[in-house]
Order: sequence, then structure tokens, then C-alpha cells
Amino acid sequence: MKRYDLIIVGAGPSGLSAAIEAAKRGLQVVVFDENERPGGQLFKQIHKFFGSKEHKAKIRGFNIGKQLLEEATELGVEVRLNATVIGMYMEKEITVKREGEIEHYKGDAIIVATGAAENMVNFKGWTLPGVIGAGAAQTMMNMHGIKPGEKVLMLGTGNVGLVVSFQLLQCGCEVVALADAAPRIGGYGVHAAKVSRTGVPFYLSHTIKEVEGTDHVTGVTIAEVDSKFQFIAGTEKHFDVDTVCVAVGLSPMSQLLKMAGCKMEDNPKRGGQVPIVDEYGETSIPGVFVAGDVSGIEEASSAMIEGRIAGVAASEYLGYIDEKELTEEFEKNEATLDGLRQGMFAPKNRRKLIEKTEEGCEISTNLLKYGFVADNEIERYPGVTRKAGIHPVMECTQNIPCNPCQDACPKGCIKIGEKITSLPAVDETAQCIGCGMCVASCSGQAIFLVDETYEDEYASITLPYEFLPLPEKGEKGIALGRDGKFVCEAEVVDIKSVKAFDHTNLLTIKIPKEFVMKARFYKAK
Amino acid sequence: MAIRLEEHPILGVPEKGRKVQFTYDGKVMEGFEGEPIMAALKANGVVIHRYTQKKHEPRGVFCAIGRCTDCVMVVDGELNVRTCVTPLKENMVVQTQYGVSAEPFDKQ
Repeated sequence: MKRYDLIIVGAGPSGLSAAIEAAKRGLQVVVFDENERPGGQLFKQIHKFFGSKEHKAKIRGFNIGKQLLEEATELGVEVRLNATVIGMYMEKEITVKREGEIEHYKGDAIIVATGAAENMVNFKGWTLPGVIGAGAAQTMMNMHGIKPGEKVLMLGTGNVGLVVSFQLLQCGCEVVALADAAPRIGGYGVHAAKVSRTGVPFYLSHTIKEVEGTDHVTGVTIAEVDSKFQFIAGTEKHFDVDTVCVAVGLSPMSQLLKMAGCKMEDNPKRGGQVPIVDEYGETSIPGVFVAGDVSGIEEASSAMIEGRIAGVAASEYLGYIDEKELTEEFEKNEATLDGLRQGMFAPKNRRKLIEKTEEGCEISTNLLKYGFVADNEIERYPGVTRKAGIHPVMECTQNIPCNPCQDACPKGCIKIGEKITSLPAVDETAQCIGCGMCVASCSGQAIFLVDETYEDEYASITLPYEFLPLPEKGEKGIALGRDGKFVCEAEVVDIKSVKAFDHTNLLTIKIPKEFVMKARFYKAK
Repeated sequence: MAIRLEEHPILGVPEKGRKVQFTYDGKVMEGFEGEPIMAALKANGVVIHRYTQKKHEPRGVFCAIGRCTDCVMVVDGELNVRTCVTPLKENMVVQTQYGVSAEPFDKQ
């Protein structure tokens, strides 16, 4: 049996962050992970993260993963892969299965950072090949360069369902629709809007009635449900698909903690069976800590901070630092974490219907039901203004903790202020130079540069574009509205792809002036 | 139907190992060394990995992270190998799993 100061189970965002903090303070740390590669789900996250600078906002998930790995390696953290922790016991001992053998380790402290597993729902045909988890789709596309299918229906409109739908589109798959039994879209409106504007329809209060096929999926039928989630006869819609993706939430993988005898509770707000923990993530067994989704479903940004807190707390538990340092570090991290847990989507607001923004603007009902803000709703938000000359139009309509656009503008055109959940507003005194940094910095792809006086009869729109093939200058196509429907003819007049934009290309199209507040996407003919 | 992405708008050209041959139910196929067996099969159009013991129903990849075990097959004679997390090797022998056997039900 080998002994370590600290054993960490799981090399995802929280486990690696915990390892970094503990190793920095001199602890001998080992991290076990059952996968072939470290990083947990971070390497599948190809979108830019939300938050502010200290949350690594506007950096794509897989790049955050690379940073964490480098940092952990430099600090001498031992990461053991293909090593499944199969048992955990009271005295902080674990058993690990590696290459068909069982190894035995003891830690003076343990941090469990095992993350979460995808939930499933049953429907007729759910076991057919071609029905996959949304996470599986991400794994295929983003880890292995394989398209999950040609025609896909997504069940679930939480952030996972929305983000993965967009990723499917980026791979060239056709997403026929998103369906959700809930009456409102669960994830960020900006994630829904970027899917919607490509022409994908949303069906809220709809769920899968049947997946068809004998050997594999050949079609799917969805139908509307009433307030008691019962199917309404005659509302069936059929789609020919080869793949059905299921994104109906996650459950903490807390089995090891239960096995070790930690006090557990069933907490629906945290996603299921979770350990009872204090503010440092310490369980009822002294020296056993948790971090990340295993103690409550959130997302990678908060998991990393929880990991840091647990790593520091384990260092104090083992006497490597004093209580003063623990308190200082905790307060710093807690403030950062608190910043992320604000706004409409904060854990405390889960499942609550919020009708107005913090600024008092009415939330778009169309956005929650159909995935896009209606043309007659958009001008009520502070980021959406009209004036002569080029200027940013920020279609950010919900209070989410995110502010990279404010820092991105070199001219100070964009104001969010101290409170990072505030909607961005335009500073009328500053002059936009059309650099496009704000467009590329917006993780929600909700910023457009609009020039209403581009030419006599024409306006220009600069939009974020993350698809292949890239259109060419001079190409003629069509402009689509927020709803993904045809608005007008459009001509590509510029395409910018510079390193600072990090693969978000800026496409500028020219359209007749009257469509300037409608056209929001470009499609080749 | 092009299953393999030649280029991804964010990730660029996928990094792959060297091209190797393997067999699927006796048929010679090509895949890339080190990628999950599942990826190579999918690129070759194979979606059914096994048939269930009692009802003989088809199953394929479901979670793709080694958790659900729906994608298990017989690999190099070993039963219940999770093809979504097992790397492909040259000359691997991959077979559809019928219940807990590589033999089709009518031959069991």
C-alpha cells in the first residue's frame, strides 16, 4: 500500500484545480482518473466560457484544460490515467483498478472530484443504436473528429442541449429541431439564439413519443404535452433522422462518498444524491473533501473554484498552511464563486420564472418559447441602439454573469459596470471604430456591428461566424433573421479572421437598409 | 456520407494516429491507431455493436465515455470490451457480441 498526503479522484476541472493548489503548498499529490486522457469534460468544450477575467471568460474550454494540465505538470502533480477508483473506505483508503489489477492506496486527505453522469429518459425506441447522450455527441465530434449523425433531433434545451446543438451544426450535421417537455427554454437565451438564427426550430412543451427504426434510428415523432406532461392527441410531428441526442440533465457521481460513509442527502436543487458538506467542501468525514459537480450540478467555471477551495482546505487540514491563509484564500475564492452564482440562472433561481431583468426590461417571452427575441422586442434592451455610423448592437437580454465585451472595447463603448450580470449598455459618448473585438469576445455570439449608413441604400452587419466553409468576399447569399427565416439578399463585403478573435470569424454583409434590425445570419445560396 | 471531419471550424484538422487495418466480423476495415474502436466502426458505417441476451435487441454507442456499457463487443476474443474507450490497435479482431458470445444466437 502506497501513502500520499493527498489523493484526488478525478482529473477534471475541479480535481486538477485542487491538485494545483495543494501541490503549490508542498503536498505530495496524486490524481486518479479512469479515462485515457486527463481534463474531464473540458476538452470537449469548444465554446468560449462566460464570466469575467478571473473565471477565464472568453477562453474556450479545451484551452482552459490545457492551461490547467500544464500548471499541474509543472508543479509535479502525479496524474494516473486508466485508473478507476472502485472503492473508498472510512480510513481514507482507496482501491484502484489499473490494467486488470487492484492497487491499494492511503491518503491523509482525499478530495473526491468525480463529476456527474448524464441522465436519461425512457421513450419507445430509446435503446436503438442512434439514440445517444449529448455528451456522447460531444465526445465523437470534438475528441475524435467523427460526426454523430447526418440528421439529428436534440431533446433538452438546457445549456448542454443548446451548446451541443450548435456544435453539431459546426460539424455540418443537420439539426432538425430541439424539443423540451418544459414550457420554457432552460439554458441561456444567447445560446438558443445562435442556434435559432441558423434556422433550427424549437418545440417547447414537446417531448419524444417514439423513436422509429428496427436496427437503428430512422425517424422520431415528438408531440406536445399538457401541464401534467401528458401527450395531447393530434399534436404529433415526425422527423426523418438518423440520430437522437438526449440532454436531460446530469446527476452527481457520488457513489464513492456514500460507500466511504459520508453523510448524504437527496437534494433536487443540487441534482440528486450529494454529500453534506461545509463551506470548504469538507464532508462529514474529516479530511474527505469534495469539489465540482459531485456535490451539486453547476458548470466547469464554478467547479474550478470549488477545486481551489478544497485544495487549500486540504492543505490546512494537513498542517501545510495555517488557518489565516485558509481564511484569506477562502474569502478570495468565495467572492469569485459568488460572482458566478448571480443573475437569472443562479442556483437560487433554478426553475423560477423571471419576468424582468435587473434593469426592469421585460424578458422576451418569444426567446423562452421559440429560441429567439422577436423583432418587436429587441429594441427594449440597453445594448440595442440605433445611430448613424458603425456601432455595436448587443442582443444580450438576460442577466448572466459575463463581461468580456466591456474589456474588449478599446474605446470604452460598452458599459456593464461593477455588477457583472448587468446587461451591456452603449456609451453614447464613445466612438466605435469597428474593430470587432467585442463581436469576437462575446461568448454568447450576441454582438453585431451595425452600420446603417454604410452606403446610400445599404447597411452593413458584421456578425460572428464559426462555420466552414468560410464565405468569400464578394459572395452573394441570403440574410436570415433571428428566427432563421429568409430576410433579404446579402453580399459578403468583408471577412476577418485574426488570432485575437480565436477562431470566431467576423463576417460583414451588405443588405438593404430597411433590414438592418432584422438580418442576423448569413447563409450561402 | 462523410462521417470523419476533414476540418473543424474551431479545432482544425483532427489529430489522428497512423492508419491501420482491423477486422469487423471477418471484414477488413481501416481505422486510425489509438482512436476508440467505436470511432473506427462508425467511420465505416457500423452502428450495431451487440444484441441483447434475452430479446436479441440491437444496441450501439450510447454514452461514449465508458459508463453505460451499451457498446460492448468481443475484441481479440475478449467479451464485454467497451469499444467507446478501448483504443484501436493494428490487426484487432472485433466481433459483434450476441448475448455474452461472439457466436450468433442460432449457432449458440
